[in-house]
Amino acid sequence: MKHLNWIPAFLFGLLTNLAAAEEIRIAVAANFAAPMEKIAVEFAKDTGHQAKLAFGSSGKFYAQIRNGAPFQVLLSADDETPARLEQEGMAVSGTRFTYAIGKLALWSSGEGVVDSKGEILKRGGYAHLAIANPKLAPYGAAAIEVLKKLALLDAVQPRLVQGENIAQTYQFVASGNAELGFVALSQITQDGKLNKGSAWMVPGHLHTPIRQDAVILANGKGHPAASALMNYLKSDKAQAVIRAYGYDI
Amino acid sequence: MLSDTALSAIWLTARLATVTTLLLFLIGTPIAWWLARTRSWLKAPVGAMVALPLVLPPTVIGFYLLVVMGPQGPIGQLTQALGLGVLPFTFWGLVVGSVLYSMPFVVQPLQNAFDAIGERPLEVAATLRAGPWDTFFSVVLPLARPGFITAGILGFAHTVGEFGVVLMIGGNIPDKTRVVSVQIYDHVEALEYAHAHWLAAGMLVFSFVVLLLLYVFNPNGRRR
Repeated sequence: MKHLNWIPAFLFGLLTNLAAAEEIRIAVAANFAAPMEKIAVEFAKDTGHQAKLAFGSSGKFYAQIRNGAPFQVLLSADDETPARLEQEGMAVSGTRFTYAIGKLALWSSGEGVVDSKGEILKRGGYAHLAIANPKLAPYGAAAIEVLKKLALLDAVQPRLVQGENIAQTYQFVASGNAELGFVALSQITQDGKLNKGSAWMVPGHLHTPIRQDAVILANGKGHPAASALMNYLKSDKAQAVIRAYGYDI
Repeated sequence: MLSDTALSAIWLTARLATVTTLLLFLIGTPIAWWLARTRSWLKAPVGAMVALPLVLPPTVIGFYLLVVMGPQGPIGQLTQALGLGVLPFTFWGLVVGSVLYSMPFVVQPLQNAFDAIGERPLEVAATLRAGPWDTFFSVVLPLARPGFITAGILGFAHTVGEFGVVLMIGGNIPDKTRVVSVQIYDHVEALEYAHAHWLAAGMLVFSFVVLLLLYVFNPNGRRR
């Protein structure tokens, strides 16, 4: 029986670990996945709090939070979802703020396909233009606004394909199935540079700003790690990471 | 209660499931027959291949289809060389995905049915000078009829219930790739719960009725 001695020790270790770690669960918009992973590592180093991240769409998070999902903080892809949750008493009022402003890019995975002014949209020569579902994703709604402003929506309508979220839209373009797509600048930039392919940074005046808001959820009320995270997101260190991924603040 | 977009999604789903089921009978019957009769060492690997979609998450199948059928993938290169363009975002792309995804639901009941017939009726038919095709149509088909009914119903129903693969390769295009399951998902995500309920409840009733028919008319088909 000697070899079973480690079991109580193991269980004890497990329990004390659970008790000691100040842990929060954060619902994170899919487009903010990469920067948030970086920020969470730094956050753990600087404050000792562990942030567990779940990625998804704001609509799904809304439904889950309404039905008791155990998240303490929501980093939404829009500003409507946090505001609605606050109105409905599912979020702590007064904690809402914009942690990033998303930028839109017209992107192709091929070099030299997209010119720096986006003229290719008018010129044509592509079979599919991918956007995120405008009903569900703010980046999709912004893409539709841009096409309307450029008076191109009717012309490109038959060529539109929709990703369920901005991550899937990226996948359609990255795999080459859609020659062009409107994606989040954050998906194709790293350290301020384009990762791959060619892109047109869509000027901000062509669509309403994509304000991404964070809020502490009812579940996270009075949770020290939750307010620590909100403060951390406003710090210069976190904001530098956010900017490096192509967001404004 | 049901909008035009919902009706068009229902019609598209019915068309997809019908085409898929017919193709699965054409492709699945010879595979099931071979699996039931062969003594080749290939039986196990081929059987495992056919069963893969039972185990793999649909997102895995969808993701690989997107890559393989894309412009740089082998199937994509082939379809482009044939002048067909690439398959993702088209109805026929969904058909290819659905055939792969629903394959085990057609092949396995057929294989069980063929197994159950055994050698004896075939030998008797041969002594009566029936050729292989004659044997198949006059002996095997009638004997395996419950298997064909089970296979058809399961293949059709499983295609109607497909979601992950369609989501990955469809592109959500009205009348072409926006099937009922995707439409429901859209409604739920957009918080249009009332619309979602109509379609979701319809799907629930449909699935129950289909399975009920299966158990009422074909009680032996499900018994092992």
